[in-house]
Amino acid sequence: MPSRLPRLAAIATAAGAFSGLFGVGGGTIIVPLLVLWLGYEQKEATGTSLAAIIVIGGMAAAAQAAYGNVDLAKGLLIGLPGAAGVVAGAAIQQRISHRAVAAAFIVLLLASAAILIF
Amino acid sequence: MDALDWTGLLALSFAAGTAGGLLGVGGGVLFVPALVVFAGQSQLGAQATSLVAIVVVSLVGTWRQRGYGNVRLRDGVTVGLLSPLGVLAGVVLANAVPERVLELSFAAVQLYIAAQLAREVGLPSRPVKR
Repeated sequence: MPSRLPRLAAIATAAGAFSGLFGVGGGTIIVPLLVLWLGYEQKEATGTSLAAIIVIGGMAAAAQAAYGNVDLAKGLLIGLPGAAGVVAGAAIQQRISHRAVAAAFIVLLLASAAILIF
Repeated sequence: MDALDWTGLLALSFAAGTAGGLLGVGGGVLFVPALVVFAGQSQLGAQATSLVAIVVVSLVGTWRQRGYGNVRLRDGVTVGLLSPLGVLAGVVLANAVPERVLELSFAAVQLYIAAQLAREVGLPSRPVKR
């Protein structure tokens, strides 16, 4: 697919802008655009989005650490239950349909839009 | 921090991770308020600190999802590596456009994407074959 790289670049740009401006990860943008523009299945989009977030979050964490804003101990303290949660969340996801994952994702998008508006 | 703070912090963090595994997001939307409310961090400090947890969640999540066959590593890393372009675009935008306009524009983009996604997967009604 010749338009594949430009589409990935567009997704990356939108996700970066979103996280840079509003301080949230680009996941809410990456997941649906992988589905809509690159024909991903919903679950593949969520897994691939996490791989992108390692890189995006890693770069952002390094930049914030350089400014001395990162409390590493607290970050790891909440990261451990977070890690347990992601293992559970990924396992739950394998037991429900792509449509159910998409429906949950739509709820997340609506909530996120509402937070931006209000 | 008292026992209630600890409970809230750990519960919200677990929920953030669960959202990550289920929906493919980093969980910052829950980590940040958890740190502000239960650990007494400032908004800026919480956003910076939450990134550590987001990296942990996305690493473990990618590992698990790879086991389930749901990760296209090459595409994911490509999106990650190209994202600084967006950060630059975001900085330029932030200096050129009022914040309220940006918030409303992004909200509109999200609502539009939600509608497209609903149509794509045939929600709320069954899809008509196009």
